[in-house]
Amino acid sequence: MAVSRLAPSASTLSKLLLHPVSAPPFSRPFSGTAAGDDQTVLTIETSVPFTGHKIDPPSRSVEATPKELLSFFQDMAVMRRMEIAADSLYKSKLIRGFCHLYDGQEAVAVGMEAAITQRDSIITAYRDHCTFLGRGGNLVEAFSELMGRRTGCSKGKGGSMHFYKKEAGFYGGHGIVGAQVPLGCGLAFAQKYFKDETVTFALYGDGAANQGQLFEALNISALWDLPVILVCENNHYGMGTAEWRAAKSAAYYKRGDYVPGLKVDGMDVLAVKQACKFAREHALKNGPIILEMDTYRYHGHSMSDPGSTYRTRDEITGIRQERDPIERVRKLILTHEIASASELKDIEKEIRKKVDEAIAQFKESPMPDPSELFADVYVKGYGVEMQACPGLKLSKSIK
Amino acid sequence: MALRGLGRRISIGKRCFSSASEVEKRPRDGKQINLFSAINQALHIALETDSRAYVFGEDVGFGGVFRCTTGLADRFGRNRVFNTPLCEQGIAGFAIGLAAMGNRAIAEIQFADYIYPAFDQIVNEAAKFRYRSGNQFNCGGLTIRSPYGAVGHGGHYHSQSPEAFFCHVPGLKVVIPRSPQQAKGLLLACIRDPNPVVFFEPKWLYRLAVEEVPERDYMLPLSQAEVIRQGSDITLVGWGAQLSVLERACDEAAKDGISCELIDLRTLIPWDKETVEASVRKTGRLLVSHEAPVTGGFGAEISASIAERCFLRHGLQLEAPVARICGLDTPFPLVYEPFYMPTKNKVLDAIKATVNY
Repeated sequence: MAVSRLAPSASTLSKLLLHPVSAPPFSRPFSGTAAGDDQTVLTIETSVPFTGHKIDPPSRSVEATPKELLSFFQDMAVMRRMEIAADSLYKSKLIRGFCHLYDGQEAVAVGMEAAITQRDSIITAYRDHCTFLGRGGNLVEAFSELMGRRTGCSKGKGGSMHFYKKEAGFYGGHGIVGAQVPLGCGLAFAQKYFKDETVTFALYGDGAANQGQLFEALNISALWDLPVILVCENNHYGMGTAEWRAAKSAAYYKRGDYVPGLKVDGMDVLAVKQACKFAREHALKNGPIILEMDTYRYHGHSMSDPGSTYRTRDEITGIRQERDPIERVRKLILTHEIASASELKDIEKEIRKKVDEAIAQFKESPMPDPSELFADVYVKGYGVEMQACPGLKLSKSIK
Repeated sequence: MALRGLGRRISIGKRCFSSASEVEKRPRDGKQINLFSAINQALHIALETDSRAYVFGEDVGFGGVFRCTTGLADRFGRNRVFNTPLCEQGIAGFAIGLAAMGNRAIAEIQFADYIYPAFDQIVNEAAKFRYRSGNQFNCGGLTIRSPYGAVGHGGHYHSQSPEAFFCHVPGLKVVIPRSPQQAKGLLLACIRDPNPVVFFEPKWLYRLAVEEVPERDYMLPLSQAEVIRQGSDITLVGWGAQLSVLERACDEAAKDGISCELIDLRTLIPWDKETVEASVRKTGRLLVSHEAPVTGGFGAEISASIAERCFLRHGLQLEAPVARICGLDTPFPLVYEPFYMPTKNKVLDAIKATVNY
């Protein structure tokens, strides 16, 4: 729950590295009357009203406490900093393979978390670093996984595209586009049996929105009233293909046809929170709903993609100036005098420091043990003999 | 029956394009280019020489993720070279339909790891269309191109070698080139072959492999393996990027006085059993190597067929069991890639073990 996570703790820097991002690292109070008052509830309007498809949209007035706004700022800033650090690590070849960065889209991960608990499940595609942090993952686990180290969240065996966190209901982390959506509907199916009032958020991109399996899963979910929320993170480009070139209808929130949908400004964390809260309640009562998050990624599709061959630099700069999620929250904080500009800058400095420390820490972590290569192909004990090279003495029996 | 000339390249009439041996003998008359450029040239020629040829797939318009389709959209227009939405099953089905109307549909699946949604279309529709319609219909103009194989850091979903799945489907052809010059000729042959073909391109070699490639239009024969190095002690068979590993192993083995014969299979189905058999009957030993996991990999088929044919015949027999040096039976790993791969040293060890059996 959002409020309970905000309770200030006297955590030291090192603890933060191992604890969920959302615990504030600082314990000093902020200037400004609003901040010190836990009871204050601000009512803020979202940037644009919601648009509904076969459903009455929720109100665009969102309630938020000053603490919540600060935590949004901080959480998004950590995510942003992590992705930028990952960019430099990739360029210095410490991260290899494929790396898909989320900077620009932080509001979706943070807003969603504010509306749900860790008993709800989230499943997403390969742009998963920040979703992982939002689910309570820590920086060391994240960087270690990117580097393939033993201390990574998937023991170094998954890499950038395969972050998981079972205890937080984070089902990863999927490389094959669209494959996670039927899976997500399956999770919701199980949740319905558990009768524990939990839901699944299945995230996918505008590229994946044209996958056949999505519609198969949607049909089944609607038929059986599953508590699943399909979230299309529409960053307008499926790798190098603009949405209008890939989809006859880019109104992804309407593509569910008989399934209701909501279009949300994905760069406005409060709008995301409101929409997810609304969707959650809807899914528990009425079955699937689609949320289209209108968002944007500053980086290219992956680190191998400069991101500028299919869109203009002006477009990217324009979005950064007008719709950046972190800047929006910064303005709200300053307008409502929750904190001063320099205090916010200090937070960002501390975050930078923490991220650097996490990087230093993971660099000490060892690579996975070679025996891990054969581990978990099947369940241990169910007998698989691994042959490295027939006729040589490299064969290995898994007992 | 065709000649069983020892060590000579054999051409067996029923399946070859005539130009094969001629290309190899002509003086080199091309430029040094890499694999993606060779493929690009082949595509340019394919579109130039057949006005009903089309190239499509995800992101091919701007040149594709590996630059194989550079310049095609500008030159031939967006009616013939175009992007598709992100839906492999749709791309394959669409391509089959286009081919069924007599067109040459050259579809790209961006990474072979993503080909599985299209598997049903390829296996159940493309491969069987001619057969089940009693030859009324066919999708022979279909060519599916896809980058496959390890690239050093690709992990689970950018490194797979799925060729074995497709080799199990009568009605399809599966072709894998080892180098730029081979790729251009083989791809043009695939595009013009009147059967549906899956053409896997070793992505590791896109930039790495540079070779002199003739600029003109030429084709290389399908279903004809090539003996690229002659030897007398052991036959090595492979395809794609693995051949350079095998070559280096051969060089090392030569230092120990082991003479290796190296064969590039080129077409995996229908495969050239005669060439491999002739070689094994000469050397008495066989080693097959591929990146795909060993169990159920295409090496198993080669192994079984050759064992059938060469077990004991005309006084010559297999001197040792067939060795397979392949990927491990695990999902393609991330950091463990160097352990997983069938490396030169693993191959060398197996060569020695087989020769000393």
